[in-house]
Amino acid sequence: MLRDAALVAGKDLRLEWRSRVATNQVAPFAILVLILFAFALDPDRGILERATAGLYWVTVLFAALLALSRAFSIEAADGNRDALRLSGLDPAGIFLGKAAAVAVVLLALEVLLLVGVIVLYNADVHGIGLLAATCVAATAGLAATGSLYGVLAAGLRVRETLLPLLLLPVAAPVLIGATRAFEDAFSGTTGEGWSWCVLLAIFALIYTVFGVLAFGPLLEES
Amino acid sequence: MTTDPQTAAGGDAPVGTGSPFTRVLGILCLVGIAALLAFGLVWSAPDVVQSDSVRIMYLHVPVAIVAFLAFAVTAFGSVMYLWRKSQFWDLTAGASAEIGVMFTALTLLTGMLWGRPTWGVFWVWDARLTTTALLLVLFLGYLAVRRIPGDPDVVAKRAAIAGLIAFIDVPIVHYSTVWWRTLHQGPTITRLDPQIDGLMLFSLMLGMVVFLGVYLWLLVHRFRVAYLESQVDDLGLDVALAERRAEGSALPTSPTSPTSPTSPTPPEAAPLVTTGDER
Amino acid sequence: MESVVHLRAAVALLGRFPALAGVDLDVGRGETVVLQGPNGAGKTTLLRLCAGLAPVASGEAVVLGHDLVADRKAVRRHVGLLGHQTHLYDELTVADNVTFWARAARAEASDAQAAMARLGLDGRLADVAVARLSAGQRRRTALAVLVARRPELWLLDEPHAGLDQDGRDLLDGLIRDATAAGATVMMASHELDRVQGLAPRVVHIAGGAVTDDTAAPAAPTEVAHAP
Repeated sequence: MLRDAALVAGKDLRLEWRSRVATNQVAPFAILVLILFAFALDPDRGILERATAGLYWVTVLFAALLALSRAFSIEAADGNRDALRLSGLDPAGIFLGKAAAVAVVLLALEVLLLVGVIVLYNADVHGIGLLAATCVAATAGLAATGSLYGVLAAGLRVRETLLPLLLLPVAAPVLIGATRAFEDAFSGTTGEGWSWCVLLAIFALIYTVFGVLAFGPLLEES
Repeated sequence: MTTDPQTAAGGDAPVGTGSPFTRVLGILCLVGIAALLAFGLVWSAPDVVQSDSVRIMYLHVPVAIVAFLAFAVTAFGSVMYLWRKSQFWDLTAGASAEIGVMFTALTLLTGMLWGRPTWGVFWVWDARLTTTALLLVLFLGYLAVRRIPGDPDVVAKRAAIAGLIAFIDVPIVHYSTVWWRTLHQGPTITRLDPQIDGLMLFSLMLGMVVFLGVYLWLLVHRFRVAYLESQVDDLGLDVALAERRAEGSALPTSPTSPTSPTSPTPPEAAPLVTTGDER
Repeated sequence: MESVVHLRAAVALLGRFPALAGVDLDVGRGETVVLQGPNGAGKTTLLRLCAGLAPVASGEAVVLGHDLVADRKAVRRHVGLLGHQTHLYDELTVADNVTFWARAARAEASDAQAAMARLGLDGRLADVAVARLSAGQRRRTALAVLVARRPELWLLDEPHAGLDQDGRDLLDGLIRDATAAGATVMMASHELDRVQGLAPRVVHIAGGAVTDDTAAPAAPTEVAHAP
């Protein structure tokens, strides 16, 4: 299973490297969203600073939707879903591999966005450790849940609208937890932030396990 | 479930989804609703603090509880379907979800109607309301998945897994929103000696029983409708098989094979060589 | 002769539509079988069923000793399906694609290399992104993937379509080599003249069932079941 996961993750990352969709499209989109928030929320009134954590994670969620949609559209193209089933790859391995690849891309985006909010919103960064841990835990959860819904929606004509409808409600706890943790990290009071981080980790664990079990059956349905 | 759709379907095509059980249940519900109206609107006293607006509670609380119950039934049905692969559980899960959406929307609506006179606003972002709103969207997502066209087994399995993903999330959502906000009054029913007046408590309990009955009635009917729909589809299969075979025999250049036991029949002939179980 | 494909009254549904409405077919090891028939007859579905992709709604289906009704996943590793779609990742190169799919099937990178060489893809073309290839070259890449996996049963859906003359000769050679090595080949093709050179058995499919069969075979009676 892990061998297959590494194979699939390698393939996805290599594909991303060659096609540069994340660098050329998703990253600029994410930065654009940060800028749009500034238009909408009037930078002079201090709202941006107070809301930085929330705006950051909402942007990450939007970027995640794009990244996941992309990760599964490459599998839907040209009958690749059939090919994955025929391939001899362990479905659990495919799940882990795809989720891992999406997670790597998202983490890179998150670092970029962090730089973005430091520059654009004057964010003060105190608890780097908490920030990093939150990013890792939240991203793992998003990647796992997103990959589950991604394969469910892959190949459907309504994929673009279905994936957000399905993923965003389920990812609500991630948004809540990650935002609270980031708020703590920005303000320097890291006490509760770590507890939220643990919640995020539990979320990620639950959905990774679920994904390992459910990805196979979901892949079968065409 | 004590329902038996077979008796409803009978030998001929059924004209409705009613049955003795649902008729009795329906009448009881109507009586119950009348009683609830009487108790809720007339006989029970207005609250000390909230005056008459508390009467919305007699609708809001039972409806909320039924909404969560419906969701639990959908989740349970999804698990059972994945375990037993029986159509019964799939149809139950789907029917319960549709009713659940209705009840959840009703919960939010009555909550808003109560909130306006009581808190001055239609909506507050407390744990319970937030979780309920999220529950509505989760339900809607589940129904969207059910609506994707496909082979019934495929739809059922996909929906069951989607239902489980959402169901697992509910406790997490609940816990995280509670931790995050706390405004809604603490639970008043579940404590051992309830703080509310006897008659009000009775009205609440009556409301719960009545709406449980309404839910059950709706569930049975919705289930039967879905079941009959699937029956219609299955009947179509035999016809489709016959037509498909006829396609082959209609072509002039393909002589029948002497080794094939299933010789093509002329299109208008009725008997079809059955190929075993359809499912 | 060992039975590779054994179907009795097999029904396969596409949604509610019975693409296969009761197929009886027996194919032995080493045979080359050509499926002929009008469009929409069910040839593609039959190939997909043998690959373990299309679910068997009813009837018997045993391929390479695996009972497809019980579990159709186990047989997939041992078959090679070449369909209308090429199953390739457009942004990756030929070499990336062939290597990935080969390694997925537990083949070695060397098998992938050899397959690419066999199909004339190991030179300049190896590092070209699939998106920039012509349709025929893409077909060849897909074939290379199949060859690299070394399947026991080849399922080809109109494989000659889109290939140039060289490609077709190459394909015929591959089929001959495969059957000589003990693999079995089933292909759907409209080009009867083309495939006559392979001296195949021709099975006619129409209306989702077998309507003619040139070799009422000395029926392979052993249906060996995989452990």
